[in-house]
Amino acid sequence: MIELSDYLVLGAILFALGMAGIFLNRKNAIVLLMSIELILLAVNFNFIAFSTFMGDLAGQVFVFFILTVAAAESAIGLAILVVLFRNKQSINVADLDSMKG
Amino acid sequence: MTNDAFETPDLLLALPEIWMLTMACVVLVVDLFSNDREHGPAYWLTQVTLVVGVVITITTQWGVDATTFSGTYVADSLGVILKTAILVLAFLGFAYSRDYLRDRGLLKGEFYMLGLFAVLGMMVTVSAGNLLSLYLGVELMSLSLYALVAFDRDSVRGSEAAMKYFVLGALASGMLLYGMSMLYGVTGSLDLGQITAAAAELDDRRFLFLFGLVFMMVGVAFKFGAVPFHMWVPDVYQGAPTPVTLVIATASKVAAVGLFFRLIGEGLLPLLESWQHMVVLLAVLSLLVGNTIALVQTNIKRMLAYSTFNHIGFIFMGFVAGTGEGYGAAVFYAVTYAFTVAAAFGVIMLLARKGFEADHIEDLKGLNERSPLFAFVMLILMVSLTGIPGTVGFYAKWMVLKSVVEAGFVWLAVLAVIGAVVGAFYYLRLVRYCYFDKPEGEGPQPSGSGGFRAVLAVNGLLILGLGIFPGALVAVCMAAFG
Repeated sequence: MIELSDYLVLGAILFALGMAGIFLNRKNAIVLLMSIELILLAVNFNFIAFSTFMGDLAGQVFVFFILTVAAAESAIGLAILVVLFRNKQSINVADLDSMKG
Repeated sequence: MTNDAFETPDLLLALPEIWMLTMACVVLVVDLFSNDREHGPAYWLTQVTLVVGVVITITTQWGVDATTFSGTYVADSLGVILKTAILVLAFLGFAYSRDYLRDRGLLKGEFYMLGLFAVLGMMVTVSAGNLLSLYLGVELMSLSLYALVAFDRDSVRGSEAAMKYFVLGALASGMLLYGMSMLYGVTGSLDLGQITAAAAELDDRRFLFLFGLVFMMVGVAFKFGAVPFHMWVPDVYQGAPTPVTLVIATASKVAAVGLFFRLIGEGLLPLLESWQHMVVLLAVLSLLVGNTIALVQTNIKRMLAYSTFNHIGFIFMGFVAGTGEGYGAAVFYAVTYAFTVAAAFGVIMLLARKGFEADHIEDLKGLNERSPLFAFVMLILMVSLTGIPGTVGFYAKWMVLKSVVEAGFVWLAVLAVIGAVVGAFYYLRLVRYCYFDKPEGEGPQPSGSGGFRAVLAVNGLLILGLGIFPGALVAVCMAAFG
């Protein structure tokens, strides 16, 4: 039998992987978008696990909203990425340094 | 809420948001069918929408304390104050932006539509009574603002700032959500009222609850731009088009105050002892970092970004006490600060011309010789931001300090006053450039239409008037927490 805590640990691992992806990645901005997706999916995992084990549907409804917003978010993120590439000819995270101080 | 029968929600209670949503769609369609190259119909319709929105908000929600949509929407006096401020700040932002946008070829209908949706998101955030509506409000605001920061498509800095804002903003939303999932797991409810009740009687699940609280606090601090979650603020302020910077610096800060209240200030008030230390830490770091780095800035937008941290530190100090007085002081501080900074960005846009951003401190040299009126406005603003007695900034600081001292954090008040004295250096340096330096070359050249100048002058004089007669606004802010 898989316990609630197992699901939560998996959610926490996915969340931590997403975080690490954002902070350790110095190369590719697309990896940042993937990491953000991973963070949101980890949260979904938590919500579904809690919702199932408590027998309360509200958490799963929340997940639908998160999925929808995440889709809109990646659309905007990719649009910004395209604009960035047009202007800089690069999506290297280390190149995002035109402003300092 | 597990009602068996479906209850028709009281739609009239949410009229301000319904109005904004309807009009945002109308603006989109009207702009589509209008042939005006200046997008005049969209602009005027947007401004009328905002003004009518203020009227509707005040008439339908002031003094009310009710919920609708199964408790997901709250109408109360606090919401009225914050929403009115957001609507008026957006009005100022649009009024100041027209010449700036025209000069840069950015005058497009989408600007108004995205702006209205950002405002709608802020209003929903401020009125949320449920984790779901809170999250949707925050996201509607953030997604619109990401797009607005990248609005100048050919600007390298704009797109870079948008990328940074997007990644860190999405990270903040992820943190906020992770915390919310923990809260849901512990309390079994998404309703903030029920979460508050559950927080009052935590026993063995306390650890998981506090775990979630930490994540939510980080998420809220990101949205505020409080140190140490501030990395995006200076770059976004500098890179974004100035009208968008204005909205991010003013209206979105007011919305962040609402987010804090709904989620933590009111929602988790029973756990005050647990989150008080976190808020104190954020306030202290914001005061220290903001003041030291703002000293060495040469770009006005960047300087205002770093000095924002100083003011966020003050707003957080108002939260520390967890009392109605402290909250009232924080709201008063946030609202008056937002109007002051809105006028400061207005002056920057007034001096900006085609191919010239007027965002360097030297660009203000000799403003008094070119335009005594706006040099005087700049003087009022900077003196008020410094917090010299007799200005509205002083009253706001004084109220916050009073609440902090009453809560027993005297050392925090002392630190904040020292910070304000340091702040005087970089604020009054701008005044020196305006009044005592000769203009270099052509010097600052105020441009802009008559309406723009009139609104900006009124905004500046409003700050002066609030400094002389702060009583009414103080009473309004305190009444919300009566």
